[in-house]
Amino acid sequence: MNTIFFLIGCSILLALLFLIAFFWAHKNGQNNDLYTPAIRILLDDETDLEENKKTEN
Amino acid sequence: MATLIKTYCYHCGDICSTEIIRNDDKDFCCNGCSQVYHILKNHKLGNYYKLNNHPGESKKIIDKRFDYLNDSEIAAKLISFKDDNKIVVSFYIPAIHCSSCIWLLERLNTLNPGIIENRVDFLKKQVDIQFNHHQISLGEVAKLLHDIGYEPLISLQDVVKQSHQAKDQLLPKIAVAGFCFGNVMLLSFPAYFGLSVADQRFGHFFSLLSLIFSIPAIAYSGSDYFVKAYQSLKNGILNIDFPLALGIFVLFLRSLTDYIFNVGEGFADSLTGLIFFLLIGKFMQQKTYYHLSFERDYRSFFPVAVQVIDAKNEEISVPLEKLKQGDRISIRNQEIIPADAILLRGNAAIDFSFVTGESEPVSKVIGEIIYAGGRQIGGIIELEVIKPVSQSYLTSLWNNDAFVKPKKDKIKTFVEKVGKYFSIILLLIASGALLYWLPQNWQLGLNAFTAVLIVACPCALALSTPFTMAAAISVFDKNKFYLKNTAVVEQLAAINQIVLDKTGTVTISGDYGIAFSGTLSATDKSIIYHICKNSNHPHSKKICSFLDLQPIVKVEDYFEIPGSGITAMVGKELVGIGSHFFITNQQKNNAQFPEVHIKIGDRYLGYFTIKQTMRPKLAEILIDLNQNYQTYLLSGDTDHEKDLFAKFFNKKHLLFKQTPQNKLDFIYQKQQESAKIMMIGDGLNDAGALKQSDAGIAVTDHINNFTPGSDAILDGESLHLLPTFLRFSKSAVKIIHQSFAISLTYNIIGIGFAISGSLTPLVAAILMPLSTITIISFTSIAVHLAAKKHKLNL
Repeated sequence: MNTIFFLIGCSILLALLFLIAFFWAHKNGQNNDLYTPAIRILLDDETDLEENKKTEN
Repeated sequence: MATLIKTYCYHCGDICSTEIIRNDDKDFCCNGCSQVYHILKNHKLGNYYKLNNHPGESKKIIDKRFDYLNDSEIAAKLISFKDDNKIVVSFYIPAIHCSSCIWLLERLNTLNPGIIENRVDFLKKQVDIQFNHHQISLGEVAKLLHDIGYEPLISLQDVVKQSHQAKDQLLPKIAVAGFCFGNVMLLSFPAYFGLSVADQRFGHFFSLLSLIFSIPAIAYSGSDYFVKAYQSLKNGILNIDFPLALGIFVLFLRSLTDYIFNVGEGFADSLTGLIFFLLIGKFMQQKTYYHLSFERDYRSFFPVAVQVIDAKNEEISVPLEKLKQGDRISIRNQEIIPADAILLRGNAAIDFSFVTGESEPVSKVIGEIIYAGGRQIGGIIELEVIKPVSQSYLTSLWNNDAFVKPKKDKIKTFVEKVGKYFSIILLLIASGALLYWLPQNWQLGLNAFTAVLIVACPCALALSTPFTMAAAISVFDKNKFYLKNTAVVEQLAAINQIVLDKTGTVTISGDYGIAFSGTLSATDKSIIYHICKNSNHPHSKKICSFLDLQPIVKVEDYFEIPGSGITAMVGKELVGIGSHFFITNQQKNNAQFPEVHIKIGDRYLGYFTIKQTMRPKLAEILIDLNQNYQTYLLSGDTDHEKDLFAKFFNKKHLLFKQTPQNKLDFIYQKQQESAKIMMIGDGLNDAGALKQSDAGIAVTDHINNFTPGSDAILDGESLHLLPTFLRFSKSAVKIIHQSFAISLTYNIIGIGFAISGSLTPLVAAILMPLSTITIISFTSIAVHLAAKKHKLNL
């Protein structure tokens, strides 16, 4: 049963890691804009659709 | 021949009403739009038009200067970071509205290699630009944005940055509280199911860990409650923060002593849960509208810098605050006059829509005083400043007490009212229990005393307001009514008199119904259309859009006399379009609305009347409001429309020719008679009244337009819902009362346990979350039902 002491230590450590990860993300400004990245990912990198179509033909 | 089908501009999607420019098989409404299209096409950014139809903003207003940004003093205020190679700057761009905008604005470096990187924040309508200042200056960056139709809005009162600091702090606090709460719950579970004697040593260890976890929860996450309780106690006020802080403190103390004397598992679970839920409530309460600001004063409306003509007759950019009496300034088309000044040169047609909501331009003659806040329409004018910016007719309003002093007699919220009595009763019960038990068993006495403070800790009470109000605010939000904070809901519920501004509030600003008295043949129409097309005067533009595209006729000898009218030759006939006096040489004084008279050759054809249109359903709104409220109408205009409003308002409640100061004083006086007043206005001239009133609501037809400082912003479209909004706010307050009753019931049950000295950590750990969940679900369901009952959008 003494392993419980060890396991609890592990679980707290793990939880602490997540907390630290949250703080890091927050400081990095990841919570500042929760909307734009969702749109940005849908935008293509191609420069001009019209030209691409021409080259395809 | 012109087409009868309406043509939409490829760039901005406006109907091409005055002209069509064809380019690349695409139609544009103006040169500006066509130019933007070319810039983008030449840089292979044509995708912009593929992502959305008509993504652009109309670019009819051209010629804008950003020279002042090269002034290092002004630039320093805008730049957020600068080193040898790059500058980082954030611009607020109201035109951002679709994914094309993001796509284009993040590819600025295709247009100019000097720009290193840029990021758009869509909700804040903000773009952060990194650029190499050796290659491109700040002024040029702004110019580039303007050229592609994304004009940055630069004002001295940089409201964009400051607004969300508080929420930033709250998130980490919630994270820590949640972390502690989760871990403590995990450690407390074994105790809930009972520990065998063999497992006692685990219990002791778990209590120790829980105790350790509750320290960051109190010291970091919950510290605000102690600070606030201390501050209010210092000011001699007992509010809800006091029992909360006391509850948190006692919970911790009990847990600590329980651990030391090894008499129980402690209350760390209740403690961390309490802090966590309280912070969630706080988070709910802070709804931020990134694109709206409720704190604007005149500085947001005014330019950052003005062109001053120096002794050598050269124009230099001077920051607004350095503008002195006696300076000569030059104001161009669409620029705002920043201080009271005398007209020295040029044709002034001033649009005071910012100030009064009235967009009819006013002509001024040389030597006349022009008040600050007007926007010049037409050519360049030269003025001499007669009063410093802050002392001008309009801006001096901000020196009034209403702006300088914080609001004292603000309507108290329910929690503020209740908090005091709650604290006193709580202390009485707790000490009663202590005194009762003390002679018999001092341990039991202390136990009961602390238990009362723990169990009566007004967690549910403190949560009922934020959750009800958060739900109410989001209902309002969906109906295009944006509230500054949750307290405004209660302010709305408490008012009993309503003051309305006329222009722009009751009438729609800028929207004019136009009608022609007389008859026009098809040729007449095309003649009038093609003459008016040449003029920039708003009346001419309205006539053009009223007549729509007409077959081309040749117009010669076009001549415009500002303030009077236009003459031109069509064929062999002299055409006159203009005021009654200009056309007939006779004065006409009784006109209710502006009129534009038409004469072709010798034939007098009749006139266009241009009248302001009232908001739809106005009569119903006012009849509804008059049942429960006293309504007043304050207007800066003359009383020529008095009869029109006499149907809706008590005649004594109609006040005309009101200066901004008059409006403020009127509200103040009514408040002295202990009326609770709601002010509804739209222009800067209402700013004082909005600030002084108990609930100031700014009405706007374009939500991205600047509105004066207020408690709430209402989209003009939703004005007809105003009576419903007021009833709904009353329902919301009722819901708070009901949830207060529920939380009191829980408290009484808890106190029953506490006084008898039988409150175990388990009971506390069940009661606290149970009451919280009841309150949260009750408030959100009740608000939802209330919104349905009032037929509001959900």
